[in-house]
Amino acid sequence: MYVAVKGGERAIDNAHAFLAEERRGDPAVPDLSVAQIREQMALAVNRVMTEGSLYDPDLAALAIKQARGDLIEAIFLIRAYRTTLPRLGYSTPVDTGKMATTRRISATYKDLPGGQILGPTFDYTHRLIDFALAAEGDAPPAPQASPLGDVPRVTGFLDREGLIEEEPASDATPGDLTREPMELPADRALRLQALTRGDEGFILSLAYSSQRGFGRTHPFVGELRIGEVAVEMDISELGVAIEIGEITVTECETVNQFTGSKTQPPQFTRGYGLVFGQTERKAISMSLVDRALRWKELGEDDTGAPVQDQEFVLMHADNIQATGFLEHIKLPHYVDFQSELELVRRLRAGMTEAAE
Amino acid sequence: MGLLARAPADRLAALYPHISEHAVLRGPETGAVMVRGRQGGTGAPFNLGEMTLTRCSVRLPCGKDGHAYVQGRNKDHARRAAVLDALLQTEAIGEVTARVLAPLAEAESAQRTARASKAAATKVEFFTMVRGED
Amino acid sequence: MTPDAMTGGFADAPVQSACGFRAILRALSQPGEIVAVAGVRPPAPLSAAAGTAALVLLDGTTPVHLAGPHACQSVRDWITFHTGAPLVEAEHAMFAFGSWDALLPVARFAIGTPEYPDRAATLIVEMDRLDSDGAVLRGPGIETTARLSLPELQAFKVNRALFPLGFDTLLACGDRLAGLPRSTIVEDV
Repeated sequence: MYVAVKGGERAIDNAHAFLAEERRGDPAVPDLSVAQIREQMALAVNRVMTEGSLYDPDLAALAIKQARGDLIEAIFLIRAYRTTLPRLGYSTPVDTGKMATTRRISATYKDLPGGQILGPTFDYTHRLIDFALAAEGDAPPAPQASPLGDVPRVTGFLDREGLIEEEPASDATPGDLTREPMELPADRALRLQALTRGDEGFILSLAYSSQRGFGRTHPFVGELRIGEVAVEMDISELGVAIEIGEITVTECETVNQFTGSKTQPPQFTRGYGLVFGQTERKAISMSLVDRALRWKELGEDDTGAPVQDQEFVLMHADNIQATGFLEHIKLPHYVDFQSELELVRRLRAGMTEAAE
Repeated sequence: MGLLARAPADRLAALYPHISEHAVLRGPETGAVMVRGRQGGTGAPFNLGEMTLTRCSVRLPCGKDGHAYVQGRNKDHARRAAVLDALLQTEAIGEVTARVLAPLAEAESAQRTARASKAAATKVEFFTMVRGED
Repeated sequence: MTPDAMTGGFADAPVQSACGFRAILRALSQPGEIVAVAGVRPPAPLSAAAGTAALVLLDGTTPVHLAGPHACQSVRDWITFHTGAPLVEAEHAMFAFGSWDALLPVARFAIGTPEYPDRAATLIVEMDRLDSDGAVLRGPGIETTARLSLPELQAFKVNRALFPLGFDTLLACGDRLAGLPRSTIVEDV
C-alpha cells in the first residue's frame, strides 16, 4: 500500500542551502575553479568520464565540484546529463595502433620495437607523502628527448607466429546497452561496453579474485599503452569521414596461457581493456575480467567462480544502478515498516499465548 | 576541419575574432557521439562511451556552405569553425590559411612534439649487468 | 547533397521544436482538432506541417519511409541533413510520409506487438484538403463527437479493431495538422 503525503518543502530548500554552504567550505579558503580540478585532479576526472561514459573533461570537473568530490555522485550527474544530449552519430572505431603514446610498457618482452616508455607514472615513486607539495610552487620542466615513431602492437609479434588466437576484424554493428536493455547472455561487444563503464572498485576486485584462484586468470600484460587517438565520424552531408576531435585513452592487452581444448591448439589467448583517459588500473582489471568471461567460447570449464558468471559481473558492475537501488532504502518506507512491525508484534503475542 | 575542431576555442576566437556575415542552416547544436573501439584493438567494434560534440552548418552570402563538428559544448567554437570552413572554399582561402590555420597548426605541432619528447625521455635503456653462461 | 536540403529548418530549434511538439501533442490528444504550425520551409512535396512533424519527431534512431513522390532526392536530403533519420522500406519504418495513395496498402506498416504496442508506425499523410467535416470521430480526447475529412474510412476502422495495437496517423495540409491516434473510433456520417 502506498500513502501519498505532502510536506518537507521548506526543510528540503534549507537542506539545499546548507549543502551549498558546506560545499563551498571555509570562505577564507579560495574557491576551487573547474579548470583547477580538470588540470590537477585529472585522474579523478578520467574516472568520472570513464564510468559516466561521456568524454568531456570540463563537464566531469564541474560534476566533481558539484558532488563535493564524491566520484560516484559525480558519475551520476554525468549519466543524467548525457541522457539530455541528442545522439549525433557513431564514430568509426578508434585506431589505437596510431595512438600518440605517452606511456607504453610490456611485461612480456624486454627489448621490443618502440621500447618501454614509462610516461607519467606512479610506478617507481616511493609511496611517501611529499610534503613539498603542501607548499605551492611550479614543477620543474620534464626532460625531453627526440620523439619516437609509431609503436607496433605487442600482440602483433605473437600473431605473426600464430601463437596467439586470432582477433578477427569485422565491421558488424555492435549492440549498445544505452539504447537497448542488456539481455543475457551478452556478446563480447556488449560485455566490453558494460565493463568499461563499470565501477573501478568492483572490476578491480573481480580481477583480483580471478588472480587469486577464483576462475584462475593470471595473465601477463602484453601491452599497456596510454595516449591520444583521433576520433572520426562519417558525415552524411559531406559524404566522408572527418576528424571531430581527439581523446586520451588507456588500452591494455593481456596474454593468457591456454593449454588448448578439443577444437583449439595450445596458444595464448587475449583479454582486452580500453577506457577513457589515463585510467590504468581499470584498463588492466577490465582485460582480466574480459578474459575470464570468455571461458565458454574458449571451451574452458566453469569453475563456478564469480568472475565467470556473466549475470553476476554484468548486472552488478554499474555503480549508478547499484547506488540507486542501495540508497533507495533510506527513502520513506513508513507503511512497509508499519506492516512488519504489526507482524512481529502479532508473532510475539502468539508465542506468549502459546507459552501460557 | 580536424584542425579547427581540435583547436582550443579561445585560441580560435583570438585568431578570428569577428565572424563574417552568414546564415545558419543548422545548429549550433550540442549532442553526443558514441565512440567505438575494437575488441583486442583490431577486432570487431564495440561501444566505448560517448563524447560531447557541437555541430553547426552555415551559408555565406556568396552561397558557399560550411560545416563544423567540434568536440565539446562550445557553440561559438562550432559556428566560427563552420564559417571558416565555408571561407576556405572562397578566394579568402589564402588569408584564412595564413592568419588562422597556419598558427593553429604550428601551435598544435609544437605541443605534440613537446609531449612526444617528454615521453621519449622516459624510454628505458637496459644494460646487461651479468650474463648467466660462462 | 542538394543545396536546398540544408535550408528551411528550425531557425530557433529549442523554441520551435517545443512549440511544434506541443502542437502535435494537442492534435493527437484531441483527435479532430486542427492545429497550425509555422516556421519550417521544407522542399516540395513535403508540406510545412509534415516538415515540422519530421523535425520534431525524427532523429538517428527513428527509421523513416518516404512514399511515392516524397521519396525524391530533395526530400531525402532534407530529412537526412536535418534529422539524421535512416531511410528504410515501409515494413521497417517508425514514421512514414506521403499522400494516402502512396502510403497504401497501410497494412504493411508496423502495428506494434502485445509486449511493445509502442513499436508501431506513425503515418504522416499529406492531404489536399483538411477540414472539420466528413467522418465522425469518437473516443479518448473527444467530448462527444468530432468530424474530420479523412482520406478513407475502412482502413481506420480496421486499424481501430486492432487496438491496443495499430498505427497512429497525423494528417497534414499546408501549415495545418490534425491527429488520428489508433484509439479513435471512426464512423460514417
